[in-house]
Amino acid sequence: MITVEHLNKSFSGETVLEDISVSFDKGKTNLIIGRSGSGKTVLMKCIVGLHEADSGSVSYDGRDFTHMNFMERKAIRREIGMLFQGSALFDSLTVEENVMFSLNMFTNKSLEEKRDRVNFCLKRVNLENINDLYPAELSGGMKKRVAIARAIVQNPKYLFCDEPNSGLDPKTALLIDDLISEITQEYDITTIVNTHDMNSVMEIGEKVVFIHNGHKSWEGTKEDILNSDDVNLNDFVFASNFAKKIKALTSSEG
Amino acid sequence: MRFLSIFGEYIIFLSRVFSRPEKSRIYLKQIMREMESLGLNSVGIVIIVSIFIGAVITLQTRYNLDSSWIPLYLIGLTARDTILLEFSSTMVGLILAGKVGSQIASEIGHMRITEQIDALEMMGINSACYLIMPKMIATMIFNPFLTAISMIVGLFGGWIAAIVTGALSSSDYIYGIQYWFIPFYITYALIKTVFYAFIITSVSAFHGYTVKGGALEVGRSSTRGVVYSSILILMTDVILTQLMLAW
Repeated sequence: MITVEHLNKSFSGETVLEDISVSFDKGKTNLIIGRSGSGKTVLMKCIVGLHEADSGSVSYDGRDFTHMNFMERKAIRREIGMLFQGSALFDSLTVEENVMFSLNMFTNKSLEEKRDRVNFCLKRVNLENINDLYPAELSGGMKKRVAIARAIVQNPKYLFCDEPNSGLDPKTALLIDDLISEITQEYDITTIVNTHDMNSVMEIGEKVVFIHNGHKSWEGTKEDILNSDDVNLNDFVFASNFAKKIKALTSSEG
Repeated sequence: MRFLSIFGEYIIFLSRVFSRPEKSRIYLKQIMREMESLGLNSVGIVIIVSIFIGAVITLQTRYNLDSSWIPLYLIGLTARDTILLEFSSTMVGLILAGKVGSQIASEIGHMRITEQIDALEMMGINSACYLIMPKMIATMIFNPFLTAISMIVGLFGGWIAAIVTGALSSSDYIYGIQYWFIPFYITYALIKTVFYAFIITSVSAFHGYTVKGGALEVGRSSTRGVVYSSILILMTDVILTQLMLAW
């Protein structure tokens, strides 16, 4: 479980996050949703320590991450897998080298053992026989899947996904969503997904946190969203004409 | 104030670069890779520039010392001392600041804006140490070799120019480059090169590592890296010359 308490963050005097308190459950796919620029990426980066919060605290299973020193944070980060918006694969390394990277750094396994683990992870994300390709030779969806394989190669306790579906077609996006959800349940990890894609919310959102203008505006399950009376959330969820029509249809049926 | 703030950031950055590596064996492999990328791949440009500059120095000296009172072998001596003392270390340093410095700043800057550095940090790896220390060590080891190559090729270029243009005879030139030879000049040049290598890699890497924004900012950081490295090289040259030759 990851707990955030009274977190504040500002850049050059401009407040981006204000008094955010939320907990993310273990074994669940937790979603942070909100409009572009609402502060959800900053929140995620504050949780993992890529941005320093101005005040407030973040703890991983009771371990206070905010006040840890550099070495202690490094140790926690080895328990974290992260999928970045642009995949962030290392350009100069092959797919196999990318996935094997942290194994090379932190384990003393033989090359054969490491290859077995890499192949297992790549197979888990439905990728095979691409070990020798470079990231530039992969499609957007393949890059995301390689990044997921890299994130899970060390059996993480926590998985963070920043906009996993950005730039993907709806079918590939669905595939990535399912993969994240399956991995979360399979390994019983705490997963936090940052998205503004409502398909993802309805597909995998077991717990949903809505951020609006740097504040936590709403929190609940995907089932609660449609019945919520939060004005900002409704404005966000039913922004498209298609969603409005569905809502009108369900209301008239009701 | 801004200068102090940037200088402070640079010192913090260096302290991260020189922290304990996660796995020494991997860093050794990285150093070898960087020696090839930053050192071996610069041999070509060093040879080309050195041969022409050696030739130009010899010809310029010949035309500017056009007097029957001055023995011709002094042209070889002047060319030798110019090449050993300044050209092969400082000029090559400036050329490498352009080639290697821009390569490092743009590579690291690209990694920063595409979140590859964040990915390293998230794996629990000290990205500054992993990415920059091998480059720094590789250039500090390899650049003295480049300087030595530059010295040899520069003197050879001067000899070719002397023979081809008839500016002076081969025997005068060879006698001149051997005359009153002070071996410490080579040591002095090689020591300077090590300092320059540190400046080029650390300053360029710092500008790449701290870049914010997109491709345009990466380009700007690369330019800044080269400009600041070049200025610092020249400042260091003055200081080291005073320290090592004046006393």
